[in-house]
Amino acid sequence: MKDTDIKRLLYTHLLCIFSIILSICIPSFFLENFSILETHLTWLCICSVFVTAVNLVLYLIVKPNASSKRSSISYKVTRFLKCCIYFLMSCFFFHVIFVLYGAPLIELVLETFLFAVILSTFTTVPCLCLLGPNIKAWLRVFSRNGVTSIWENSLQITTISSFIGTWLGAFPIPLDWERPWQVWPISCTLGATFGYVAGLVISPLWIYWNRKQLTYKNN
Amino acid sequence: MIPSNSASVASAALLGELLRRRRQMAMGRRQMAMGRGGPRAALSRACLSVVSVCRRRRRASGRRSSRMQKISVLLFLAWVSFLFYAGIALFTSGFLLTRLELTNHSSCHEPPGPGSLPWGSQGKPGACWMASRFSRLVLVLVDALRFDFAQPQPSHGPGEPPVSLPFLGKLNSLQRILEIQPHHARLYQSKADPPTTTMQRLKALTTGSLPTFIDAGSNFASYAIVEDNLIKQLTNAGRHVVFMGDDTWKDLFPGAFSQAFFFPSFNVRDLHTVDNGILEHLYPTMDGGEWDVLIAHFLGVDHCGHKYGPHHPEMAKKLSQMDQVIQGLVERLENDTLLVVIGDHGMTITGDHGGDSDLEISAALFLYSPKALFPRVPPKEPEIVPQISLVPTLALLLGLPIPFGNIGEVMAELFAEAEDSQPHSSALAQASALHLNAQQVSRFLHTYSAAAQNLQVKELHQLQNLFSKASADYQRLLQSPQGAEAALQTVITELQQFLRGVRAMCIESWARFSLGRMAGGAALLAAACFLCLLVSQWATYPGFHPLLLTPMACGLASTIVCAGLLATTGLKLDPVVLGAMAAVGSLLPFLWKAWAGWGSKRPLAALFPIPGPVLLFLLIRFAAFFSDSFVVAEARATPFLLGSLILLLVAQLHWEGKLLPPKLLTIPRLCFSASAGQPRHSGTHALGLGVGLLLCIRLAGLFHRCPEETPACHSSPWLSPLASMVGGRAKNLWYGACVGALVALLAAVRLWLCRYSNLKSPEPSVLFVRWGLPLMVLGTAAYWALASGADEAPPRLRALVAGASVVLPRAVAGLAASGLMLLLWRPVTVLVKATTGTPRTRTVLTPFSGPPTSQADLDYVVPQIYRHMQEEFRGRLERTKSQGPLTVAAYQLGSVYSAAMVTALTLLAFPLLLLHAERISLVFLLLFLQSFLLLHLLAAGIPITTPGPFTVPWQAVSAWALMATQTFYSLGHQPVFPAIHWHAAFVGFPEGHGSSTWLPALLVGANTFASHLLFAVGCPLLLLWPFLCESQGARKRWQPLGNEAEARVRPEEEEEPRMEMRLRDAPHHFNAALLQLGLKYLFVLGIQILACALAASILRRHLMVWKVFAPKFIFEAMGFIVSSVGLFLGIALVMRVDGAVSSWFRQLILAQQR
Repeated sequence: MKDTDIKRLLYTHLLCIFSIILSICIPSFFLENFSILETHLTWLCICSVFVTAVNLVLYLIVKPNASSKRSSISYKVTRFLKCCIYFLMSCFFFHVIFVLYGAPLIELVLETFLFAVILSTFTTVPCLCLLGPNIKAWLRVFSRNGVTSIWENSLQITTISSFIGTWLGAFPIPLDWERPWQVWPISCTLGATFGYVAGLVISPLWIYWNRKQLTYKNN
Repeated sequence: MIPSNSASVASAALLGELLRRRRQMAMGRRQMAMGRGGPRAALSRACLSVVSVCRRRRRASGRRSSRMQKISVLLFLAWVSFLFYAGIALFTSGFLLTRLELTNHSSCHEPPGPGSLPWGSQGKPGACWMASRFSRLVLVLVDALRFDFAQPQPSHGPGEPPVSLPFLGKLNSLQRILEIQPHHARLYQSKADPPTTTMQRLKALTTGSLPTFIDAGSNFASYAIVEDNLIKQLTNAGRHVVFMGDDTWKDLFPGAFSQAFFFPSFNVRDLHTVDNGILEHLYPTMDGGEWDVLIAHFLGVDHCGHKYGPHHPEMAKKLSQMDQVIQGLVERLENDTLLVVIGDHGMTITGDHGGDSDLEISAALFLYSPKALFPRVPPKEPEIVPQISLVPTLALLLGLPIPFGNIGEVMAELFAEAEDSQPHSSALAQASALHLNAQQVSRFLHTYSAAAQNLQVKELHQLQNLFSKASADYQRLLQSPQGAEAALQTVITELQQFLRGVRAMCIESWARFSLGRMAGGAALLAAACFLCLLVSQWATYPGFHPLLLTPMACGLASTIVCAGLLATTGLKLDPVVLGAMAAVGSLLPFLWKAWAGWGSKRPLAALFPIPGPVLLFLLIRFAAFFSDSFVVAEARATPFLLGSLILLLVAQLHWEGKLLPPKLLTIPRLCFSASAGQPRHSGTHALGLGVGLLLCIRLAGLFHRCPEETPACHSSPWLSPLASMVGGRAKNLWYGACVGALVALLAAVRLWLCRYSNLKSPEPSVLFVRWGLPLMVLGTAAYWALASGADEAPPRLRALVAGASVVLPRAVAGLAASGLMLLLWRPVTVLVKATTGTPRTRTVLTPFSGPPTSQADLDYVVPQIYRHMQEEFRGRLERTKSQGPLTVAAYQLGSVYSAAMVTALTLLAFPLLLLHAERISLVFLLLFLQSFLLLHLLAAGIPITTPGPFTVPWQAVSAWALMATQTFYSLGHQPVFPAIHWHAAFVGFPEGHGSSTWLPALLVGANTFASHLLFAVGCPLLLLWPFLCESQGARKRWQPLGNEAEARVRPEEEEEPRMEMRLRDAPHHFNAALLQLGLKYLFVLGIQILACALAASILRRHLMVWKVFAPKFIFEAMGFIVSSVGLFLGIALVMRVDGAVSSWFRQLILAQQR
């Protein structure tokens, strides 16, 4: 493993963080009354689009894993379509999980769904970019000793920290502080965002500190 | 059928014959598969040959020590529970306050303070401290008459729609009187002090003081009031008091009434008995004239609220009836009579009361007199007065001394002389009434502060100064009656200020805590938790058990010594303190001895074995008790935590590589070392279990009851009984669903028993499961049919219906009890079949496919040969001992413990289910389903350590405890008093219980803590289930055996699934595991009660302490007691089964030897 790899990882992650910051700053120039809390749903959409776009661009530029041998157009198109379907499925899957965890079933459907979309953006999109629509590879990455590169390692860390952030985000909801961000699902989406950002920051550092211990089987 | 046994029990042993035998085996299995309908049935037994039985006999001496071990385990658990109880009791005695009740009485001849009584009223007949203004009083107490029930409604124009709520604007006569005779009548909004339970309110309404929280629990048995009160003053003055209505008064004022008509109050489902009884006697008594004070306590409105809630049409009927009553009384009143209509408390929107929400404490108070009483017309918005103001007011109006302990303030308005137009004398009259009142309160304060030191000295001093100043001012005014108006007004204001200050101080001070006891109790609880943690770790070390009994001896000895010492010195000591001393006295020597024996040798880190994620969950749970928001939202937070824990378990399984078959995960170059252990469950299986659990939890969450603090939340409409439903069709559908849930529960349990055992055993308990359970279902369904449609029954069937609704629940409970008795008597439900002609020795089957070709094969053959030789040798030994050529096949021996547990749980669940509303049966079904799923999921993560020690991991115990809490909420409970399902006391006793209090308390308790009880009793299943699941893993591997070509299998798969017999093989480890399980469960529950205690003590001045933290502590403490008893019973049941299995083996051997 080379230090340059870690550097590239760090830069890509910084770009991802930058995209989130942009999604907060830029719309306020174009939209009236834009703020994260008041027009939360708009922000969710914008943030999701920004992060997805940056992820895609970075994936195309950096190409963390060796490109597959087949490069016909039809293969790429099917792959892309498959990715879209996977993304949608993961949105629905998260929606169902939220409802099972106690989110309202009938009211606030749009809010819950957009929350599922943003969480999918933070977790599924990087997975799709890095691993492709390949469930088996996903399952491998998220098990002990299943990681084969620093990219997968950072993917593991950011995804898990996004989930933990989301989970922690649910805790302030019952408190009686009567703050605007305690409304469902704002605290959870904010938690997911913070978790994602934290994961982006932590993973290069963690990999850097542990670079001596990390040995990947196929590197 | 028998040949199948030959294949599975034993076979010939020679290595050379193996090939032939394998063919036989496969044949036998095929037969079995055809004859028994699949391998499943055959797998449900564990077969043991006589040889292994005989091997057991050598452990006969070990059995005796095993019994000693069992007893010591049970005693130790009881001791740990006692430690917790002592801590709870000590904490409670410091936290839940009591007020000192003074027995002093006011008397006519003794004025409350120095100074002349106004107008020298002693001379007048029938006058005490003040001249009486009314000689007669009619007090109509309408239970739960909320203020808005009586509030006049603005008249609506012809175009507007009429008011739709059934309780609004029904008391028209009040409105009419207020409009026609504004100087004669007045409506107030009276504010009751919490707790708003009827008995506390009656105490307050007669003594004028503040009954404290601790009294709230004794509403079932009300005891005579020892404090000075209005009724006592009336009887002392020789007035005739006639009472009719609620029989709570009989207990409160025994023998005080010259004439009384009591009607039973406890049956809240009965709307009419009390009211109709009163109406029968009310007017004749009034017309008869043999009374000075007439009290009528109507209960219909309150009962209607409890049964239907205020939004039911029945409430409109009831209020209209009350309206007629008031109308009738007003028409009959004479000039010297005062009419008081009062509600003792309000009710919530669901019709409950007891707490301190606005709707509960606001009650109506209506005064009417045929002669003009008020100088001014009533204000637009009725005035708000404290409820206890009525006491001094009535006392002075009737010419009685104010009760000694009263802290209420007279309603000065009533003492203004209406006919007297002079404003000055009117104000003077008010001031004199207030002064008398203030003198009395000051006297009470003086006496009380001398008797009990719990009033705050500084405030007391300030108030006394205020009083002396006001009193001096008043005296000065009396000396010079020509004083200015302004001076008079200041005196009145000062006096009122004093009275209000006293009331505020009393409310504050009677919430005073004994900090020492609270700290001691919390420390004891913490120590007990620590002990549980330590011992649960040590329990699996060998040589631990002899130590267990010493603390009991120490504790007993120290208690006796203490008690003896105290008895000799003549000191009186609280039993609570004595218990705490015993607990400490036994705890310290134990810890010291244990530390000397074990702790010093081992690293401390090993003592805290809770894995990180579970520790996090426990910490979150611990911390959540300190936030009132989280306590209020616990009904939502617990399923969230439980769901997180479940997903964490699934994720952990995946992380460890146990979730999915390794071939899916291995990429060619990656060697998977983590998946060395064969996964016992396929991946989709565990994932399905997790999702199913989440779904169950979410569905159970639909049956939630909202805490009153969250007005936006709507309680589930499914919690109410079917009888309260209006629509006929929906009712029938729901009834069908409920009966369906019952049948599904029964079918599930029978299916489970069928699968893991056969229901063909002739044992009585099995017969009971086959025939008694359906009977119970039938009885329950019939009872529900009657209960939900009782009001619609034709009149001639009424008696039959009433009789059946008494008999049916009792019959179901009786059946359940007899089933449990049978289970305790013969817990071994094993079907024994003797098989002849089979080889006697129990050999390990050794499939062998040619000479060893690889190192692996060699590794595996050599031990096989060794084991075979060992068996052979042992077999020769046995032959010399026992002559029996028989091999015995015992079915379902492998699930003998869990079968007994599941049967017991089902038998327990049915009576508990009967105590709930019909639709809760769906939750019971979910309860069984989700605990089944959870057990399966947990079993997937627990490895079977064959020779022991057996352990139940912390995540299993925490998930189990969380699920108990979650079920508590989904059964429609909330940890607050108004939410208790009082209806449960009438299941099987529709007429009430007479004077007995323990039976209704037991029924209501069983209803409230049903989930605690079920989960605690079922706790040993956590230990048993992984062994039960062993057979499943085996089954999966057995299935392909039908085909001989696939018969290449590994040796351990050929062994019998011994299932729970593995536990029996290591009795020492079995007992240790039970002890460990019990201690772990007690620890998880213990930190909850510890957190509640700490929260209540740290936040004791919090706004929400009486509303949230104190009730939560009480519920948690009760839940802990129920859980610990249930846990004890569950473990005792497992031990009973174990003992029965031992004696069963002994009998078997005897039979063989004969």
